[in-house]
Amino acid sequence: MKILVLVKQVPDTATQVKIAGDKKSIETAGITWIVSPYDEFAVEEALRIKEKRAQGEVVVVTLGPERAKEALRSCLAMGADRAIHLLDTAWDSADTLAAARALAAVITQEAPALVLAGRQAIDDDMGAVGAQVAELLGWPCASWIMEAVVNDAGNAIKVGRQVEGGLEVFDLPLPALCSAQKGINEPRYPTLKGIMGAKRKEIKEMKAADLGITPEPAVLSVVGLEPLPPRPPGRILTGEAADVAKELVRTLREDAKAI
Amino acid sequence: MAGAFWVLVEDDRQGSPKKVTAEVLGEASRLAGQAGGEAEAVWLTDKATEEGLSQLAEWGAKRVWLIENPGLAPYRGEVWSAALADLAAKESPKAILGAVTTRQREGLARLAARLGAGLSADSVAFAIEGDKLVATRPVYAGKLTAKMTWSKGPWLATLRPNVFRPLDPQTGAKAQVERPSVTVADGQMKLVERKEEVSTGLPELAEAEIVVSGGRGLKGPENFVILEELAKVIGAAVGASRAAVDAGWRPHRFQIGQTGRTISPKLYLGFGISGAIQHLAGMRTSKVICAINKDPEAPIFKIADYGIVGDLFDVAPQLTQEFKKLLDKS
Repeated sequence: MKILVLVKQVPDTATQVKIAGDKKSIETAGITWIVSPYDEFAVEEALRIKEKRAQGEVVVVTLGPERAKEALRSCLAMGADRAIHLLDTAWDSADTLAAARALAAVITQEAPALVLAGRQAIDDDMGAVGAQVAELLGWPCASWIMEAVVNDAGNAIKVGRQVEGGLEVFDLPLPALCSAQKGINEPRYPTLKGIMGAKRKEIKEMKAADLGITPEPAVLSVVGLEPLPPRPPGRILTGEAADVAKELVRTLREDAKAI
Repeated sequence: MAGAFWVLVEDDRQGSPKKVTAEVLGEASRLAGQAGGEAEAVWLTDKATEEGLSQLAEWGAKRVWLIENPGLAPYRGEVWSAALADLAAKESPKAILGAVTTRQREGLARLAARLGAGLSADSVAFAIEGDKLVATRPVYAGKLTAKMTWSKGPWLATLRPNVFRPLDPQTGAKAQVERPSVTVADGQMKLVERKEEVSTGLPELAEAEIVVSGGRGLKGPENFVILEELAKVIGAAVGASRAAVDAGWRPHRFQIGQTGRTISPKLYLGFGISGAIQHLAGMRTSKVICAINKDPEAPIFKIADYGIVGDLFDVAPQLTQEFKKLLDKS
């Protein structure tokens, strides 16, 4: 069974981000890049499905600049078999839909039985690409999955999708796309052997023309980035617990009108 | 009607629209007022109620598009997007707005792909500028905000709960109810079962107006009961930091932060939470932030409106008592 995993390289949560000169993007110098954490859950789940079936192939795909290869390399070190890097300046200003069209084209070429993605990438937090890929392919999709079991025949997947107030368990015929929520698994750390082995694994670069598509201009685009407006300085209450509690409740009611 | 601002109804699966839909209808009404259109509700459900339809009118919907079909429950993105796209193709709305809920986030993404439209997810503000809509949304763990615009319509967006104000209730308002003929496909995915969470009797985290949250300072799962007692008094939801969730003290669905839920309550009270960036990403748009922590250097104090440097095990029970006194009086 071939499983394709969609991943994205994003700035580490703790890294400082600065607005670039164009006021629409961030300074990339000095940023620590990681594989978006939800995507790691997806890679881990794909590897577990493959290991349980004792056969199959896990292919990781990303769309991004040259540096995104590091993210692919990390996934190969975890155990993915090969990688595809969609690398073309024509995608530089891609919105989620342009990215989804490119990914859908790769999926059509690769014809996997299952596509996994993270629930959202933690840079722009749009959380749309996975569902959009499924829509473009006419596939069923389940987002925010907390559990996944592929049947023995390899033609259906049973997933638990997190919704408000509970978990909905669905059967999806394959091919299908699912996006991983935190809690589905604990991603493995690459072993030294995995890291060494990853250097020999294939990362295939593809341009838009290789997929037979011409990227369309973005429908949704960033007009500008802004720093957060600073919050007014807070007030620190000190004293005995009983006194500060009393004062906090009073001020929340009378000054902040928050209760 | 061309120019309409559509609002997808989020309901409780029992025929009643949820509060977040009042917020989205409120914003849609304000935007439609500026752009020259009207707010309309679109309700995909297996079961609508008369009360629900009246509710939507009182929240500002001038018209309700009701697609009532057993195939629409439970929510399946493939079925929803096809039905909505069918209706949108006939009616050409100017905008289609929803709430940040698990189903509307996914459903609107699918719909955007089907319509070739742009989607601004998890938006926290809007402005009509000339003939354009500009949306504001947090990015990079909430460290920056991005202003977004669309090169063409329809404008699709999801709105963060608790950020937008509902209209003053339009008591007695009536909406025209349309029951359009729309194809509801069979869908490929089949529901096996729904596992309900054990109800805590407290509000849902993402929608709660007050959230009480606990971190590593709680020292163990057994101590969350201290926060639950406080939460019961003030009608709050109880959340947790990643540290508390990763330690196994609370299930993941209670995690607030970048790899958990994003919340924006009127009042946030954090106990024993240091305020790592990953946590701030999930709560920094809260209106009033209170932090209780022993460590005066905890980063959460930098964004807190009110801070108490002290032992939460002393302060929390006192707060419960004080809130009780206050609320018993009023």
